[in-house]
Amino acid sequence: MDCTGLCEVLTQGGTDPGLAQFLSILLGVLLVVTVPLITVIFLIWIERKIAARIQDRLGPNRVGPFGLLQTFADLIKLLAKEDITPASADRLLYNAAPLLSLAAVALIWAVVPYTPYHVGADLDIGALYFVAVASLGTLAIMIAGWASNNKYALLGAFRVVALLVSYEIPLVFALLVPVMLAGSMSMVDIIHAQSGMWFIFMAPLAGVLFFISSQAETGRAPFDLIEAESELVAGFNIEYSGMKFGMFFAAEFLHVFTNGVLITILFLGGWYFPGWQMPLIAFMWLGLKAFIPYFISLWIRNTVPRLRIDQVMKFNWFFLVPLSIVNVLILAFLVMVLKEIGWVPVDETGAMALAQAGFIELLPMTIVLFISNVLICVPIVNRLRRMGVEQRAAREQLRTQRAMAAGD
Amino acid sequence: MIQFDFSTIAFFVFAVLTLGGALGVVTNRNLFRGTIWLMVSLFGVAGLYVLLSAPFLAAVQVLVYIGAIAILFTFAVMLTRSLTRLNVRYTRLWPSALGAVLLFAMLVIGVIWPVFGGNELYNQPISDVVRTTTDLGVALVSGEGYVLPFEVASILLTGAMIGAIVIARDADEEEMEQ
Amino acid sequence: MVPLSWYLIVSAALFSIGVFGVLSRRNGVAVLMGIELMLNAVNINLVAFWRYNTTIASVTEPVPSELSGMVFAAFMFVVAAAEVAVGLAIIITVYRNWRSVIPEETDTLRG
Repeated sequence: MDCTGLCEVLTQGGTDPGLAQFLSILLGVLLVVTVPLITVIFLIWIERKIAARIQDRLGPNRVGPFGLLQTFADLIKLLAKEDITPASADRLLYNAAPLLSLAAVALIWAVVPYTPYHVGADLDIGALYFVAVASLGTLAIMIAGWASNNKYALLGAFRVVALLVSYEIPLVFALLVPVMLAGSMSMVDIIHAQSGMWFIFMAPLAGVLFFISSQAETGRAPFDLIEAESELVAGFNIEYSGMKFGMFFAAEFLHVFTNGVLITILFLGGWYFPGWQMPLIAFMWLGLKAFIPYFISLWIRNTVPRLRIDQVMKFNWFFLVPLSIVNVLILAFLVMVLKEIGWVPVDETGAMALAQAGFIELLPMTIVLFISNVLICVPIVNRLRRMGVEQRAAREQLRTQRAMAAGD
Repeated sequence: MIQFDFSTIAFFVFAVLTLGGALGVVTNRNLFRGTIWLMVSLFGVAGLYVLLSAPFLAAVQVLVYIGAIAILFTFAVMLTRSLTRLNVRYTRLWPSALGAVLLFAMLVIGVIWPVFGGNELYNQPISDVVRTTTDLGVALVSGEGYVLPFEVASILLTGAMIGAIVIARDADEEEMEQ
Repeated sequence: MVPLSWYLIVSAALFSIGVFGVLSRRNGVAVLMGIELMLNAVNINLVAFWRYNTTIASVTEPVPSELSGMVFAAFMFVVAAAEVAVGLAIIITVYRNWRSVIPEETDTLRG
């Protein structure tokens, strides 16, 4: 391992090289973890404000200017609450679950490139790392549900696991598209491949699929049947109180924003926007862009009603999964064809190299891929609309029959 | 002499996780906890893969074992719950413990120590360069590489999936008929 | 770097623990967990031997055999996943029919 920056300074100051390396790595890890954890404090405020506006309320506005300090007040309240562990709970696992849940989200940030020069770890398996780490969250919920020794918690956990495991499939297939276009699983390489053209224009369908399945992964409406208050009381976290509940809560809030950041990296070009060469501005662009999917996610959460579990499963297995597979296959085929025609920029070894191409060079390829995506969508949207019309007609008929029966 | 640097300490941490988790699996009375211990153990194995410069395998290990197999095990434990709280954990406890210890002793004394222990050749990897994940991907689908085993593996997975569905489903329908 | 023999010792210990689990546990699910441990022990061996024994001819042009250890380990994942899926399906079916997950008690076919 090389020793630069802080490590170098420490070594020159007379610190043992091994210790210097350890300290600099530790500091890096702390920084990478701190950024999301500080962000989440303000995210909770933003989310509550947006939700309030959508529901025609004011939202938190008492503590501090614009209610900015509300989260801190809530934090103190949560910390001061009695920390209850049910008598029949599995003590060790019960306490480990909230930690694991938050860790699963915080770990994703290790591969997030904050700026062109600052990234926790530029793994060449970054995308795979994200999928692997995110699956820890599923396990955390399963543990929480089982360790609480409560039937509502267990039922909630079963639902979550069924939901998360199913929606991981379209998520991974949608993730494959930017990986395929960039020719790399490294998050940094994926961003660099979008220097000329964002992937959302080349593969809008994959972007939408990724967004929908990541919305399901966070367990937000319309997929919030995991905590469906009216049926399950609160779902898997029913027995949790105080800061342990707060950690599940924070993990969920952070997960939504993390998904926004990931969509930005994978489809919206990361920090690419005028002025990205300067670290602070690049960081700002990443954050601002991440708010686009984040805001849409909140918008959906606050306006769409909850689905039933069978509807959610059907939607996944009969719609998202086949569509995402078809999408990957068609895209791969088209890219191969375009490469034969010579519309895809390649490097000297003949491999696809989008990073070196400009906007104009990428335009023909983008147009073809965009049109193909639209062509995939048109029949599907038509079919969905027809299904909706049929179902509504059937329900209408049923209602009139019932009304007639009641009239008799 | 062995240098106590970063990778050595990491090796010990992961080795303890692996073996401690494994002991937890075989000794725990509660099967759900056993599953969690299994995950700890397999996470340790993933750490060992990282130390052996195979990060791809480590990520796949976490994804496949913790993301999929752990969930399968927890479901199986809960679906067969009423009888998993058995008072008798073991059959043939002492013979199998003796057998396992003997096996370990035989492997270490008979094979590992004489063949690899004192051999200077095996103190260091031969080459510092390691093949990347890209190379692995190419090797898996190239004609002179492993494309045939790769296809066979996918057939195996498809077969296993269909088999699992058929096995678990048949009973369902029989029960419904009864 | 840690010498190869240390990895082999860890893997041998893991395998022995797995063998103990398979031989001694009564519950079928626990037996499957033991098998998982044994498979992982084999996998550590494969990757360790690959890392310590492979000579790399040229940095730029990989020969497939230089990746054999990783490829074998990847196939082991496939086998392990298939084994768990089918094994647990069998255990659940057995449980439905016999109300038991203890392999010794499911002996209807014995004469």
